[in-house]
Amino acid sequence: MKMMTCKDATRLMSERYERTLDLRERLALKMHTAMCKGCSNYGRHLDVLRKATARLREGNTGGEP
Amino acid sequence: MTEVSAQALSPPWDDASITAIRRDMLRFARMQLRDSGAAEDMVQEALMAAMTGAKRFAGRSAFKTWMFAILRNKIVDHIRASAREISRSDLAARAEVDAGLEDFDALFEQRGHWNPDDRPSTWSDPEASFEQEAFWTVFDVCMNNLPEHIARVYTMRELLELETTEICAELGITSNNCFVILHRARLGLRECLENRWFQGERR
Repeated sequence: MKMMTCKDATRLMSERYERTLDLRERLALKMHTAMCKGCSNYGRHLDVLRKATARLREGNTGGEP
Repeated sequence: MTEVSAQALSPPWDDASITAIRRDMLRFARMQLRDSGAAEDMVQEALMAAMTGAKRFAGRSAFKTWMFAILRNKIVDHIRASAREISRSDLAARAEVDAGLEDFDALFEQRGHWNPDDRPSTWSDPEASFEQEAFWTVFDVCMNNLPEHIARVYTMRELLELETTEICAELGITSNNCFVILHRARLGLRECLENRWFQGERR
């Protein structure tokens, strides 16, 4: 199997919030992020974005009265 | 929430808590609407609705959640009312989206791997950043830096928590286009936060 590009990996990491990835996509992504530090960081950063927007929804954005 | 707890507690209508909640509501509304005037109006309406319906509220921790739910519903109504108009008339915004796409492609080199300067680095303790007012100011700036059409889809998804299928239908775009736009939003927002916040923290 040809190694996935970072461009495709980032797209799939975003799409997994929108749809269920199929087995082939999940495996290719797993192989890629195991070897690519930039993309494994990217995946963690998307989780941070998720947590940040959850904070915004709850009005929990620092500086409590 | 039971009837009993609703009666036992009164809403915290003191100035300090309202001011703080109002600030957070404005941030939320501004990100979504990109129009300070409209955001102010919507927050004001939500506050009024909250005060009128205060009997139904139960407990201090629930108060903010409840106010945000009112605000969210008002924004969703507003967007549903204006969505058709937006998706038909906004040819300029579409051109802007295309321009935005090329910008983000520049993050990768020809073979589709990260440019060395744009490769995501390790972020130290993002949770601690969430506690800092300055982080949220940067977050606002980064959200504003996104092309308008992209930010609209992203905030509908992440702030209003609408399903992708509904967003596509409202805006008259294909689900694939919707995925691409959300992906661009995440790429752009992440890049901006790294450059303007997390990189500075590490130095």
